[in-house]
Amino acid sequence: MALNEKPAADPDRERSSECAAQPASADPSAPGLTTSRRDFLKGGGMLSVSALMGSAALMTMSDDAKASTEWAEHFQKNYRLMTDEEKAEARTRLERRYSSEYGKKVSVDTTGPQPGVLMGYALNVRKCIGCRRCVHACVEENNQSRGTRPGEKIEWIQVLRMERGEFSKDKMNHGYPEGLGIQVGGNAYTPAGQVLEGQYHYNPEAVPEKDATYMPIACMQCEKPPCVKVCPVRTTYREADGPVVIDYNWCIGCKMCMNACPYWARRFNLTTPVLPKQEMNPVTHYLGNRPRMRGVVEKCHWCLQRTRHDRYPACVEVCPVGARKFGNLLDPESEVSLILARKNVFRLKAELNTFPKFFYFYD
Amino acid sequence: MQQLISFTTDYTRYILKGGTKFYAWMGVLSAFILAMLYVFYLQNTDGLIVTGMTSQISDGLYLANLVFLVGVAAGAVTIVFPAYVYHHEGMHKVAVLGEMLAISAVIMVMVFVFAHMGRPDRLWHMIPPWGIYSFSSMLGWDVMVLNGYLILNFICGFYYLWCKYTGNPINRKWFIPLVYVAIAWALSIHTVTAFLMANNPARPMWFHSMMPIRFIATAFAAGPALIILIFLVIRKNTRFWVDDSAIKLLTTIVQFCLGIAIFLTLSEVVVELYARTEHANGLYYLMFGLHGLTGLVPWFWSSVVLMICAFVMFFMPSFRNDFNKLQIPCVMAFAGIWIEKGMGLIVPGYIPSPIGEVTEYHPSFVEWLMVLGIWAFGFFILTILLKGAIGIMLGDIKYGSQAVAAK
Repeated sequence: MALNEKPAADPDRERSSECAAQPASADPSAPGLTTSRRDFLKGGGMLSVSALMGSAALMTMSDDAKASTEWAEHFQKNYRLMTDEEKAEARTRLERRYSSEYGKKVSVDTTGPQPGVLMGYALNVRKCIGCRRCVHACVEENNQSRGTRPGEKIEWIQVLRMERGEFSKDKMNHGYPEGLGIQVGGNAYTPAGQVLEGQYHYNPEAVPEKDATYMPIACMQCEKPPCVKVCPVRTTYREADGPVVIDYNWCIGCKMCMNACPYWARRFNLTTPVLPKQEMNPVTHYLGNRPRMRGVVEKCHWCLQRTRHDRYPACVEVCPVGARKFGNLLDPESEVSLILARKNVFRLKAELNTFPKFFYFYD
Repeated sequence: MQQLISFTTDYTRYILKGGTKFYAWMGVLSAFILAMLYVFYLQNTDGLIVTGMTSQISDGLYLANLVFLVGVAAGAVTIVFPAYVYHHEGMHKVAVLGEMLAISAVIMVMVFVFAHMGRPDRLWHMIPPWGIYSFSSMLGWDVMVLNGYLILNFICGFYYLWCKYTGNPINRKWFIPLVYVAIAWALSIHTVTAFLMANNPARPMWFHSMMPIRFIATAFAAGPALIILIFLVIRKNTRFWVDDSAIKLLTTIVQFCLGIAIFLTLSEVVVELYARTEHANGLYYLMFGLHGLTGLVPWFWSSVVLMICAFVMFFMPSFRNDFNKLQIPCVMAFAGIWIEKGMGLIVPGYIPSPIGEVTEYHPSFVEWLMVLGIWAFGFFILTILLKGAIGIMLGDIKYGSQAVAAK
């Protein structure tokens, strides 16, 4: 039984593309899935290995796909050290587990970086209206936790709301020390100009608000990521095409990367993520939006499940004002390259030498 | 081999025997340890959500205690150093007790690491050949130096006890060099822990090179302060006599290091707050509160008051020379530095967050119980180690004779 199960799994996945439960963001005809499936089928040895592993899993544990896969996951290697066979193994294992857990056909993509691609992101700060649709699209696309207890809700994108500063006539001569007739600092002790610190829990009736500007931030996918340097088990790393990713199965939850990130882009799964079955996006990537477990760190990965197959990240697709741009930095004709060449561009916290691939620009 | 077996059995038998006071003390500690095991179970079924930590403040009491206890472990060197480098008579007699304290402090640190991790079941990912060791990570180095320190102290301490037990002379050829290595190593553990914090430019409050020296100064105040307290307890409750000269030297060390720690803290305050850049927000939050949130302000000022009062009290001969009153400034220094390292250093590093968000941190009951439990666990081990060591030093346990019950 177990021996027949593995090869049969593939046509099943094909059928899954017609599944009605897929959200609009899911890509049914992802070309990469076909390629990697071909890779997977390459060589009969690989097949037999996977069948053996499958039967071993069935023998050691019950029919409960979750229990048997979790057992195997405990002993798997760091994703980058896995052989192709082991990767295919891990992938099949996870697909089986997630499919049974969420009651729909889930695919776990393992497509690697494509040659000649270095992903880049650009955001027009003038255009952003602070509607936060990107935040919600990201949560839907990437299977973030949606709980209500404090710490259960996870959002990767923050849209900071910054109040415009106030200059007023009655304050123009305020300053310290007062009452001596000697003015030393003008308005130095009250906010003047733009307020530096932001808030992101704003909830206005209509956006954009008159007295606010917006600054969306998420993972900057640094070229020299401080989070990668501090990781004691090398679970987080920069992929060859740019994004910094996490092997969720290798993360020990030490949270050092969260200390190191100057953009506060990482979130910790304080408890098992709350992900309703019907809201789960079944098109996933191993290093991307596959369901996470308790006690690990997660972050934005520029929707690898989409961008590795020539699609835009969910936040880019959803932005109603077109403030978000995405493309290949190595292609001089891509949108991002053209923006870098022609617009006024800046990076956040450039003084820290993290060299983000996330650029802000204005016209 | 014969000797080793009898060493183990004699040692164990000696430890198990004790008066009502001893059993009551161990019983209370065990209760706390059981409570700790329960909350550890909670953490590993429900997740760290049962603690007060959030994504904004991702390290709390656990890391604070870890950092503090690394200091206590390093502080043991204040006994070993004068004993072996300056051949201080009184210190030499008790050097092995300092090593026992270092062992239990490092074990507590390790348990705090376990409590702090999101996935303790994956700890083996750090250990080659099954896992990967990362040389670029400060946490990796911290684990390495801490384990090294544990091993060094274990070897030095128990070899010394072994020689006392069997009556063999100490092989100074390798023992003395190893002691010197352990002394240098003690500095390395706290320096690496300081680097663990200070090497994060994302956290401006920690990002300065004064951190290691401040860590060492506070460690050499808090560690010996605890040792003095333990020595006073030993003098009262056992036949083992700790020389006055040893306690007096430790008092001097505590006082000087406390003075340096206060000076370094004030320097930092002046440098940060004179210009009052955005990067001083963490310190400003700690001292005066930020955006109306003042959770840590009482902690900071109580720490300052405790440290300064202890410093002044150490100057007064009535406290310094009276071993009945010496406990007061020692407890004050210890508590002051515990607050300074924990609530005053780790937590405000996260407030405000790198994007300017001010969130307060309130440790949950689970966290407090876990911290108490781990401290109890540490004292449990410390009591066992000290009791055995004292028994051997007193000659109660000796090779070739039946073990005698401790008083």
